[in-house]
Amino acid sequence: MALTIKDVEHVAKLARLGLSEEEKTTLVDQLSKIFGYMEVLNKIDTKGVLPTSHALPMKNVFRQDKAIPFNNTDEILANGPEVEKRMFKVPKILD
Amino acid sequence: MNELLIKPSHELHELLNKKEVSSSELTKLFFERVESVENKVKAFVTLTKEEAIKKAKAVDEKISKGEKIGPLEGIPIGLKDNLCTRGIKTTCSSKILANYLPPYNATVIEKIIAAGAVPVGKTNLDEFAMGSSTENSGFFTTKNPWNLETVPGGSSGGSAACVAASEAVLSLGSDTGGSIRQPASFCGVVGLKPTYGRVSRFGLIAFASSLDQIGPLTKDVTDAAILMNIIAGYDPKDSTSANVAVPDYTKALTGDIKSLKIGVVSDLMGKGIDNAVKDAIKAAIKKLEELGAVIEEVSMPSFEYALPCYYIIAPAEASSNLARYDAVKFGHRTPDPQDLLSMYYNSRREGFGPEVKRRIMIGTYVLSAGYYDAYYLKAMQVRTLIKQDFEKAFAKYDVLVSPTSPSVAFKAGEKTGDPLSMYLSDIATIPVNMAGIPAISLPCGFSNGLPIGLQIMGKVFDEEAILKTAYAYEQATEWNKQRPNL
Amino acid sequence: MSKYESVIGLEIHAQLLTESKIFCSCSTTFGNEPNRNICPVCTGQPGVLPVLNKKVVEFAIKTALALHCQIAPYSIFARKQYFYPDLPKDFQISQYELPLATNGYVEINVNGNTRCIRIHRIHLEEDAGKLVHAGSDRIQGSTYSLVDFNRTGVPLMEIVSEPDMATPEEARAYVQEIAALLKSLGVCDAKMEEGSLRCDGNVSIRPVGDKNLGTKTEVKNVNSTKALKDALDAEIVRQIKAVDAGERIIQETRHFNENTGQTISLRSKEEAHDYRYFPEPDLVPLEVSKEWIDEIKQGIGELPAEKIKRYVEQFGIKTEDVETILESPGMAEFFEGAIRLYGKPQIVANWLTGEISAYLNAKKLEIKNSKLKISTLVGMLALIDKGTISGKIAKEVIVKMLDTGKSAEEIVKESGATQISDEGELIKAIQEVIKNNPKPVQDYKDGKKASITFLVGQVMKVTKGRAKPDLVNKLLEKELS
Repeated sequence: MALTIKDVEHVAKLARLGLSEEEKTTLVDQLSKIFGYMEVLNKIDTKGVLPTSHALPMKNVFRQDKAIPFNNTDEILANGPEVEKRMFKVPKILD
Repeated sequence: MNELLIKPSHELHELLNKKEVSSSELTKLFFERVESVENKVKAFVTLTKEEAIKKAKAVDEKISKGEKIGPLEGIPIGLKDNLCTRGIKTTCSSKILANYLPPYNATVIEKIIAAGAVPVGKTNLDEFAMGSSTENSGFFTTKNPWNLETVPGGSSGGSAACVAASEAVLSLGSDTGGSIRQPASFCGVVGLKPTYGRVSRFGLIAFASSLDQIGPLTKDVTDAAILMNIIAGYDPKDSTSANVAVPDYTKALTGDIKSLKIGVVSDLMGKGIDNAVKDAIKAAIKKLEELGAVIEEVSMPSFEYALPCYYIIAPAEASSNLARYDAVKFGHRTPDPQDLLSMYYNSRREGFGPEVKRRIMIGTYVLSAGYYDAYYLKAMQVRTLIKQDFEKAFAKYDVLVSPTSPSVAFKAGEKTGDPLSMYLSDIATIPVNMAGIPAISLPCGFSNGLPIGLQIMGKVFDEEAILKTAYAYEQATEWNKQRPNL
Repeated sequence: MSKYESVIGLEIHAQLLTESKIFCSCSTTFGNEPNRNICPVCTGQPGVLPVLNKKVVEFAIKTALALHCQIAPYSIFARKQYFYPDLPKDFQISQYELPLATNGYVEINVNGNTRCIRIHRIHLEEDAGKLVHAGSDRIQGSTYSLVDFNRTGVPLMEIVSEPDMATPEEARAYVQEIAALLKSLGVCDAKMEEGSLRCDGNVSIRPVGDKNLGTKTEVKNVNSTKALKDALDAEIVRQIKAVDAGERIIQETRHFNENTGQTISLRSKEEAHDYRYFPEPDLVPLEVSKEWIDEIKQGIGELPAEKIKRYVEQFGIKTEDVETILESPGMAEFFEGAIRLYGKPQIVANWLTGEISAYLNAKKLEIKNSKLKISTLVGMLALIDKGTISGKIAKEVIVKMLDTGKSAEEIVKESGATQISDEGELIKAIQEVIKNNPKPVQDYKDGKKASITFLVGQVMKVTKGRAKPDLVNKLLEKELS
């Protein structure tokens, strides 16, 4: 299946991924090839087959409700690109 | 080369116990080796020499006091740079995490620390473990110690190369579609991908959550069993880690595989597989038969669909897992962003390399409105069929064998222009991750001076069967004794 | 509302009263300095994994049972993906297909009518962090924002109703009913003004009698049930005006501005959301067995609706009074305790819903944290019965009791506020009143018997209310005859 530059731009926007014009063109070509290759999946009949989202069947894994403070919060903040008053600073949010 | 450098950990452990060598001497020796070959191999993103020397000293003190030491205590180990190490740079070989200092340790790292192993450093990988050659590293390409013109495989290329080049005794890697086994195969070492859920993923920087698994890369099968003993087990911090008993894997190393039923996956012995590889695998199968195993061919029809299926599921999960690199809490932020959106776009553009971008695009696309059923749901259904093929086969066979990779290590740059041909090099390893079963790769021959890997696959939680088979084969051959000449 | 009728459905987000967050062990307490209740998991550090808090599931099952829902034997979590700085992983772990519970209902009372509102679904998810906007108190006009992740990962239960409410009054009653239920179950403190209960309204209009639903808008940013009602009222008026003017309603999110009383479009430039939901691979499916449900069922006490019914039937008190009692945490226990000691349910209810509630509300206190004890309240009621104090005096005494924690007897003794039972003392006061009010006295003597009421009032005034009115009446008649 062939993708268009519009498809690529739309998906890049959903993924908040900046792309140069050159990257977009390359991706149109590469993704078209890759999705073309995936068409082989249409050959296989999966009607009524249950999907597998986990490699192994598991269920009901829980934690008990107990608060345990994490003591290295400063190490979390230290990774912040910009921190002010113990909070992560982000530039202006336009809606 | 000092012969201590080529010994597996269980032999070094004996020498440490007998005080024939100290951990400090060993550590010094390995760092000297790193200094002399690392400029050629480039296996490490970060070296942790100071910490290593300190750790080794502590182990030596223990030994001098006559205390018992564990099997990996004082042994130099390499750690793939997608395992979080508190206060030590953990980059995933990505520019976006170039300066990230984790505030916590991965569970396997805690286990390695508790076991007293001596980390040499953090090894190079394809950015976010996406790739089969380390050429997708955001920093540099690791070289195959057997031939510096060729790639070491990937994504755990640094972990495989550092063991092959004797820069560490053993190492940890991670495997999502073959990322331990394929580089093990290319570099002539042993690599084991455990059953999904056997080893905690907590602190492994996620690529594809339902496929990722941490495992050992070692000089021989015994070392793989020893390292598995350390890292396997239930972790309450990982909901998908299995709460099942962990055996002593070294007990499986009996050398006896009489009447063991082995299925040879015929679908992985046909077209697309190099002749030299096929020949080596056939010879290995013959050897296994000589050792008393019962060999039959088995067909796995769904394997044809495993690769496209994988390239839907893995990128879908990856696109989601990699959303958090948004320049808010950690990681690269573009200088002086004007507003939030441009911060997102530019930081992610600058921080991610082409393969990561490609997979984010594939993954976002297959999950987007209108395409979910055609791609993601379909792939999850095909995944069920792959699992069923394995279940059918394992009703008849104890283990399955195939080549690990269709070819030996390829030349650097050979496949970078064509992502699809790169993806095809994972054809034999991917079905294993889709089904969550364990598999091991071990050396079984050479072609043009480059190692060939034999893949042995086992039932869910039956790492013992694949270790047993691999050990019997290793004992009967000399392939693992070969070392590259650097 | 003439030719149109409105259709309303509500989404309620309730923060659950667990000790720790939904997927990590951080505390859920409020008021800490920014980014103190955080850890690698809830800040989405690379490599972390979520583990589900069992109590969160139990609280949701409890709620689902109380709302007569079907609890799914098999449910799963999913990732809802969108980028926003308050969402550390840039996806929210939520439930999409296969939620925990579906198909329930709740009964509400509006103006004496009982209505049944169906519950569409209940699911679990994680809360987001908080943004502090600099240079302005909201996004618009701010120059940058600061992110605090203390709230990130606090468990949220989303209760989605069917579009079964016809008026904003019903919507308000529905939220009040759900809030009372959550409080009585002990799963949420349901404080809308503090954000522990949040409510979004979906509202549309259609010509009366039309079966099809009109295009709905989503009304956000209401932090009280009154604001919810006002917002829905305003939005319905807006929609009717728009339709009458020939405009088309567009499906959108609108913010309620409490100052103007209007809803405003967010006019988001962002295209329609594409959340790219897919099953959360890091969490395993949830299977709720019948045994587990039964176990939780046994732990649920009497629900508000049941309690109202019982109080009305057993104690014969007014429904409004029961509702007031149930609204205030701990008051029902206090009420039942007082009745055991004292009897006379309506009198106890009058005091609790009157003076005592007024005092507690003004001081933002709960009865169990106040200085009033069951025994002291009953002691005061006994003093009224004995005639030691009047009801009027008692209203002052109860405030002092609430202030000091002293018994009514002590307070009465200290202030000398007991009733005058000495007839001689009373007669002195009566004679004084007769002397000072010759006109009403003459009126009475001329046959205008009603003027005695005025004279009794004057005696009460002179005695500062410490006289028993019927005794005063009797003695006055005697003096005047």
